[in-house]
Amino acid sequence: MTASTLPGAEMRNGRAPRANPADQLRVLGIRLPQLRRASIIIGFVVAILLPFYLEGFAVFQLTQVLYLSMAVLGLNLLTGFTGQFSLGHSAFMAVGAYSAGIMMDQWEVPYYLTIVPAGMICFVAGFLFGLPALRLEGLYLALATFALAVAAPQLLKYEHFEPWTGGVQGLDLENPGSPVAFLSNDQWWYFFSLFFGILLLIGAWNLVRGRTGRAMIAIRDNPIAASTMGINLSLYKSVTFGVSGVYCGVAGALSAIVVEFIAPESFTFIFAILLLIGMVIGGIASIPAAIIGGAFILYVPNFSEMAVDFFFGGDPSSKALVWISFGVAMILVVYIMPLGVAGFVRQNLRRMAR
Amino acid sequence: MPDISMVELVQQVLGGLATGAIYACIALAVVMIYQAIDHFNFAQGEMAMFSAFITWQMIDWGANYWVAFFVCVVISFIGGMAIERIIFAPLRDAPVFTHIVVFIALFQIFNAGAGYIWEFTIREFPSPFPERLPFDTTLIGPHDLGMMAVVLIMLGLIFLFFRFTPVGLAMRAAAASPESARLVGISVGMMLALGWGLAAAIGAVGGMMIAPVVFLEPNMMLGILLYGFAGAVVGGLTSPGGAVLGGFMMGVIEPVAGMFIGSELKLTVALVVIVGILIFRPSGMFGRVVVQRV
Repeated sequence: MTASTLPGAEMRNGRAPRANPADQLRVLGIRLPQLRRASIIIGFVVAILLPFYLEGFAVFQLTQVLYLSMAVLGLNLLTGFTGQFSLGHSAFMAVGAYSAGIMMDQWEVPYYLTIVPAGMICFVAGFLFGLPALRLEGLYLALATFALAVAAPQLLKYEHFEPWTGGVQGLDLENPGSPVAFLSNDQWWYFFSLFFGILLLIGAWNLVRGRTGRAMIAIRDNPIAASTMGINLSLYKSVTFGVSGVYCGVAGALSAIVVEFIAPESFTFIFAILLLIGMVIGGIASIPAAIIGGAFILYVPNFSEMAVDFFFGGDPSSKALVWISFGVAMILVVYIMPLGVAGFVRQNLRRMAR
Repeated sequence: MPDISMVELVQQVLGGLATGAIYACIALAVVMIYQAIDHFNFAQGEMAMFSAFITWQMIDWGANYWVAFFVCVVISFIGGMAIERIIFAPLRDAPVFTHIVVFIALFQIFNAGAGYIWEFTIREFPSPFPERLPFDTTLIGPHDLGMMAVVLIMLGLIFLFFRFTPVGLAMRAAAASPESARLVGISVGMMLALGWGLAAAIGAVGGMMIAPVVFLEPNMMLGILLYGFAGAVVGGLTSPGGAVLGGFMMGVIEPVAGMFIGSELKLTVALVVIVGILIFRPSGMFGRVVVQRV
């Protein structure tokens, strides 16, 4: 990927003495940094208020969007910022979900204590799996992770692990309800997930804007040049893989807690593809895009299934039509909006700005 | 360790070689596209599955098996060329990421497309070979033997094509050094398209041969694709002959490993092989080591 095609390439040091001329541009009389700050605040307020205006199931769906976004963000840190490919992030989410699930199911650990260990386990898993990245280019890593994603459900079903994983049937989990009187259960899980979501979002922001982030982007844009500038490629690559694992692990643990059920069939290769679709549509190398991606993964299949049902009747093969349109949409996005929705918005803001 | 008789072992190995022939097809198809554009075609398996469905449809309409077989090979060849010309040619200089996304998109389109047209039910696929072998043996089934023969004949033809025809030579030149090939008047774009067509046709033969064994359904190729990849990696991604051999090896490894650790971990075996080879010998058994100059 060349420096000029990706937005991350413009990323600069927050403490740089020179002002960025782009910051002086105005859209409708508002400066771009102010616009950015305002949209963050508005987004935050909306995120807080939204569950109070929605019904139970809609809030539950929003919670799902939250953890899916975290997984997309994890994938984006790896692919968008470091330029490594993973088709196997469903497996890391499975590791997170099963770590949390087994802790709750076997050792009766309270749910809120399972998230951090699940994230840590996934860090180790990601780091170890990223170790081949010391020697491999992105493409080979894509292949290895593809194998991981395809093999993962089978491993989870393996009979000798069944006492822990519950085999084909998966694990049924039960959680206590909301501890806060004025919040319903769904609202509680939403805010619980939102807390971790914001934490991880801030984490990603700081990671990408700092020294580490610049190293990551340098590796993506030109690994050879990066290594001549003293960046330890193998260390950064495998650590990024680990960090990406943390995001997926936390997302997986949250999914186990919120849905109260995990099964091998939730973490198939198709799910890994969905995460990839979410990332591509949202926009690669963009942090807020993860939320667009998460929402896309959750809502668009549902909506399009409903739309297809409406137009074609309850034909069972209509589901396949949704997936075909996903494939076509991905190719179109690659042609028309190579940087996804987020990149599209950003470009047009730049164009509107004076 | 389980009790395994010698006969059983020979049966497993021969059966493995037969399945290995299919892995070899997929591995060869993957390596051909890898040589042309430096990427793995993640949609290779789904393309093969789609071809098998086309044959099934023609047979269902009453066509003779071998007529359907060859018509399908031609359709796949044209389809593969069309994919290269329409989708990949405009993206020639795009980043790796774009290509992977398009491959995954194609995977989706073929998988769901087959599901939409022919539904996700499991179907029987006819075997063209006689029920009984002319000689008596319990070591190998007729379909396994026929499958191996068809694949070996095809591989032989492909070898002859690349070795002795001008077009084969031009294709090798275009893959080895596009710039120089262009200078001597070879249309590199056309050669790439031909390569795609050939890869699609090879995959189609593999898909049609394996369909009677695993039954026809849109998701039938995922595990086979994984084993095909493993074969390609074992043999070396820069060596077509190595990929074929690697495919056969994976075919044998699968049942033998299955005898010891159970067949439920079949896909994990492929994962371990892929990761192991990539860590310890990334160029594979017969691949050449690519040195990158700074």
